[in-house]
Amino acid sequence: MIWKRLLLAAASLLAVAGVAHAVTLRWAAQNDVLTLDPHSQNHATTISILQHAYEPLVRYDKNFQVEPCLATGWQQIGPTQWRFNLRKGVKFHDGSPFTADDVLFSFDRIRQPNGNMQIYVSGINEMKKIDDHTVDFMLAGPNPVMLRNLTIFFIMSRAWADKTKSQNVQNYKDKEETHASRHVNGTGAYLIKSWEPDKRIVLAANSNWWDKREGNATEVIYTPIKADATRVSALLSGDVDLVTDLPTQDVARLRQDPKLKVLDGHENRTIFIGMDQHNNELKYASVKGKNPFKDVRVRRALNMAVDREAIKRVTMRGLSIPGGLMIAPGIHGYEKEIDRIPPFDAEGAKKLLAEAGYPNGFEFTLDCPNNRYVNDEEICQALVGMWARIGLKPKLNAMPFANYIPKILNLDTSAYMLGWGVATFDALYMLQSLARTKTTGADGSFNQGRISDPKLDAMIDAMKTEMDQKKRDALIREALVTVRDRHYYVPLHYQLRPWAMKKNVTTVHRANDAPESRFARVD
Amino acid sequence: MASLARWIRRAWDHDLAWSLRRSPVTVVACFLTLACVGAALFAPWIAPHDPFDLAALNLTDGFTPPAWTEQGQAKFLLGTDDQGRDVLSTILYGARISLGVGLASVLFAAAIGVSLGLLSGYAGGRIDAFIMRIADIQLSFPAILIALLIDGVARVALPTDAHDRIAIPVLILSIGFAGWVQYARTVRGSTLVEKNKEYVQAARVIGRHPVAIMLRHVLPNVMGPVLVIATIHIATAIITEATLSFLGVGVPATRPSLGTLIRVGNDFLFSGEWWITVFPGLALVVLVLSVNLLGDWLRDALNPRLR
Repeated sequence: MIWKRLLLAAASLLAVAGVAHAVTLRWAAQNDVLTLDPHSQNHATTISILQHAYEPLVRYDKNFQVEPCLATGWQQIGPTQWRFNLRKGVKFHDGSPFTADDVLFSFDRIRQPNGNMQIYVSGINEMKKIDDHTVDFMLAGPNPVMLRNLTIFFIMSRAWADKTKSQNVQNYKDKEETHASRHVNGTGAYLIKSWEPDKRIVLAANSNWWDKREGNATEVIYTPIKADATRVSALLSGDVDLVTDLPTQDVARLRQDPKLKVLDGHENRTIFIGMDQHNNELKYASVKGKNPFKDVRVRRALNMAVDREAIKRVTMRGLSIPGGLMIAPGIHGYEKEIDRIPPFDAEGAKKLLAEAGYPNGFEFTLDCPNNRYVNDEEICQALVGMWARIGLKPKLNAMPFANYIPKILNLDTSAYMLGWGVATFDALYMLQSLARTKTTGADGSFNQGRISDPKLDAMIDAMKTEMDQKKRDALIREALVTVRDRHYYVPLHYQLRPWAMKKNVTTVHRANDAPESRFARVD
Repeated sequence: MASLARWIRRAWDHDLAWSLRRSPVTVVACFLTLACVGAALFAPWIAPHDPFDLAALNLTDGFTPPAWTEQGQAKFLLGTDDQGRDVLSTILYGARISLGVGLASVLFAAAIGVSLGLLSGYAGGRIDAFIMRIADIQLSFPAILIALLIDGVARVALPTDAHDRIAIPVLILSIGFAGWVQYARTVRGSTLVEKNKEYVQAARVIGRHPVAIMLRHVLPNVMGPVLVIATIHIATAIITEATLSFLGVGVPATRPSLGTLIRVGNDFLFSGEWWITVFPGLALVVLVLSVNLLGDWLRDALNPRLR
């Protein structure tokens, strides 16, 4: 009896001591994750949380160069065959060892049609297990961006998936819940201890991690706070240590606060408007029997009527780079010379609409998220006003991202706002996802306007395998210019994404806007 | 002419008018309420801009401070919001929606509450027990929760593209449903008293239909307290609407009510654009306070024990 009590006392002492040593990083951003399934949703916030727990074969270092992660090395052993040596002695959070089977299993899993992350393994036909720690990749052709793609190919434990019946990717569109959409078992630096939707996610450092954390945060509490003012107040009052998704209007003031610091950086993301260019009649518009967005003149008119400088100055308070391309500076393929914005010209736009047969404009609904991108709803409101001035009658339908994304994925839209970040830092990722004719796989995975241009498709398919850098760059350039000149999308701007934190927090700014807690120090 | 003079004379000598004259606060409240209602009613004529005309909006006018400050412009007296809408005009139009929704939902709540209360009190027995238990259950929830619930269900049940069109009716229904209980309880109490009085028994003896007795005989005698509740309820309904809109489930952002304006402005409070939220907030305070003061006064004036 006495022994038991002593043991209890010792245990509680230990627990207290443990608490005293824990270094907690409290991080607040705008959105919650959509799911914990690492192969289901290609969604930035979701990935930014899951990358703490799940790891890819290769990852980015601080400068976005590829470095070994679960693979220790790789070499090309044939024209379309690559050999990856896997790290030995790595354990998943549940203690099971990491082997080649897990890589093969994850490869099959991410390719299932219920998810939308196939792009990260596109171009890989097959994986072959050579031994427990060697895997061969059989490619469809030469693949210049494979390593960069693989940084978001997260490895899941096969044994765990079998045990929890999580072999299949969650069908997010139909609101399916599975064990893997609620639980996490990766190899990463942090365990996800709990997820209370819309409330908080608690991460705890993985003491058995194979790598060494550069920072000292042993616990990370992520809180999604939708309201801008509330999120900033939380930082000012000291309830959180780090805030991303800063409201533009507050950045200037946060910079002057002596208790805080602001880490500047731009994001590899383009904010744009997409239009249904497939249906013969728009679902949400007054025009019957035809689809005005199929007419390049109408798209051009929409593009010309956008006053990007006004959006930058008033709505974004300077925190945007007005853009005419679908990829942001810093991404391979971006060139200043081709980033041409159609000059703002309301009269010209009106004329174009009249030429296209809509002298009195038409009504249509612009779908818009209201908690995903910086000032998304405000930008959409401004766009509605700008388009009203050229005689169109757009209606704004803004909703939270959690409701918005299934709607967009189900093609239930006529015009929509989206932001596209390029995880691979190569233009192909954007072109393949947004401009290639839609298929069930990676090609056109987010081409929700269903643009289909055979010439463009040919260019995109060619650049997937072109190993001659010069030829490939020429293809990228031509494709980007085609998208620009055919006005397949209306790009608005590239986001600048400062992060604000307390003075005692140190971390590394990431152009993918996803803080990595392994870099975070709280002193 | 003479009859009009007599009518005014009679109104002036009336107990209510007498009590009104004795309370300067109420006179002020009365004027303020009238001013608010007038401003709301005539918004399209007195507002300097039409904030709902998207084509007239100019984003480059956004965040103009009030006219008396350094960067202010004379054409935007109270400044502009983030979209370049004139704050004064938006308040006038917004008050219109707030008052309209408030009045309509009070009428709706009163209609349900009074009929259920009459039925409950007059019929008694099981019907009475049933209605009153429902009322008890509803009373245990805050009104805002019920309004949120109805609003949420309506949003899911109705197609998305209809949301904008039906937002205001849905709002009226949800606030109305959330507020009928007070009416029902009050009317039931008074009906219980009235139905045992001789005139009701007499009507019953001569064989009048129960519905006719309820409507023609009992109803007029229980309306006094209803009037008082309704006045105070208007203020509550306006606040409820503002709260719902503040939470983002009320009226659409392109047709803002006072609550929506306060919500939008709230985001800019820290960054120094105080006018976007402060002026709509002040307008809401003035409107609700004056209506409340009127209601308070009416309650005292109609209370025979305080006369």
